Amino acid sequence: MPLSADPAPLRRTPLHAVHIARGARMVPFAGYEMPVQYAAGILAEHLHTRAQAGLFDVSHMGQATLRGADAARALEALVPGDLDGLGLGRTRYTLLLNETGGILDDLMATRTADGLSLVVNASRKEADFAHLRERLPRGIAVEPLIDWALLALQGPLAATVLARHAPGIDRLAFMAATEASVAGTRCWVTRSGYTGEDGFEISLAADAAPALAEALLAEPEVAPVGLGARDTLRLEAGLCLYGHDIDEGTTPVEAGLSWTIGKRRRSEGGFPGADAVLRQLSDGPRRKRVGIRPDGRAPAREGTDIVDDSGRSVGRVTSGGFGPTVGAPIAMGYVRAEQARQGEPLSLVVRGVARPARVAPLPFVPHRYHRA
Amino acid sequence: MSTLRFTEDHEWVRLDGDVVAIGITDYAQSQLGDVVYVELPEPGRRVEKGKEAAVVESAKAASEVYAPVSGEVIETNQAIVEEPARVNADPMGEGWFMKVRLADAAELEGLMDEAAYTSFVAGLG
Repeated sequence: MPLSADPAPLRRTPLHAVHIARGARMVPFAGYEMPVQYAAGILAEHLHTRAQAGLFDVSHMGQATLRGADAARALEALVPGDLDGLGLGRTRYTLLLNETGGILDDLMATRTADGLSLVVNASRKEADFAHLRERLPRGIAVEPLIDWALLALQGPLAATVLARHAPGIDRLAFMAATEASVAGTRCWVTRSGYTGEDGFEISLAADAAPALAEALLAEPEVAPVGLGARDTLRLEAGLCLYGHDIDEGTTPVEAGLSWTIGKRRRSEGGFPGADAVLRQLSDGPRRKRVGIRPDGRAPAREGTDIVDDSGRSVGRVTSGGFGPTVGAPIAMGYVRAEQARQGEPLSLVVRGVARPARVAPLPFVPHRYHRA
Repeated sequence: MSTLRFTEDHEWVRLDGDVVAIGITDYAQSQLGDVVYVELPEPGRRVEKGKEAAVVESAKAASEVYAPVSGEVIETNQAIVEEPARVNADPMGEGWFMKVRLADAAELEGLMDEAAYTSFVAGLG
């Protein structure tokens, strides 16, 4: 787990007492005191999420509203996604880019009646909101949601469980959002997540969050899941972690996120770094993010050097560890484009020893998103 | 009667004749969480007191296991390589790491006995 070494006092989410009561081991993460695991442990929490449903506290993430009639069109000046074409109540994954096409953050944007609602990374939220305020036209108000919580309910039984508290919510489409009463509390529910499984993210007022968390945890299918399993779940799903797999030095094309660049945006451009990004799209990038499967059992952690058969460095691991569902070590990293073909043999230098590995398809575990 | 000793790095060492078995403590496995990978030295290798002798990786991170004493590795526990969760399940028993022929019995003298280790762990909060 990447942990922040921030000496500033740690903030707590509205669910802090729920975590403590459930035996969570709390760690500093992005300025917050967060549960890395509960008594069951990372492996059990991971496997439970893939088999039934896991409840995650992601209240540390940044939630904001962009208010204004042209909010979607205005935000397009900062991201390569097609937001103007996003229907009401639809959600899209997109990227804040810098002038060279580097990724400032990845985020979820949902079209609402009065603009957009955004969910951004905890570690980037202050920087993101400042960036938005500085760059968006005066008519677009950037309003961070203060005193709000965000819960994620993820897993194949998430829809069944949530529908008990919010009848009909199981009919919500993937990457769609709706306002809903969940166990009597007004919530904003999105069918999305960060595990590769079907699931929901539930945004609600902080003071109502502990009761809703307890109501969901009281369901026999639901277990609390910490950041440790959140990381192994998203790695198996091949999803990027900001600051590790993507950052200001990586472009959407290198990161394998070209699918987030809307068709209209490819022809019109008009987003930061468009020249560089569109050139990479047509010519191909010099390096690419790939999945990597070590042949042996040794996990290759972030920062591991990737070498070819002559021992020449061809890249670096950006996320790596043991995949509980895969039952073997897995990693993602960047390699030179010539080495990015599936099955390409590589070596990972772990504790000074070059160990054989191969480029593998992503995701490592098939996505099981809800398809109506 | 075998002698059981502990290090401040949470390894245990059990003396039987001139051979010691080495492993990690229950506190160590609980702090690591689920063990998913163990790397053990080749038999015949000499390990040095306080130097890295093995690697244990949890779902979260990799950690070194330091040799509590110096000597030659005469046997390693392949069962924990095949099934790393044994380290969590029985760290002081089936989850042993290696057996080492002790070079200098005096090296045991600086280590903690069980009572001292228990109070050392209690002091970690």
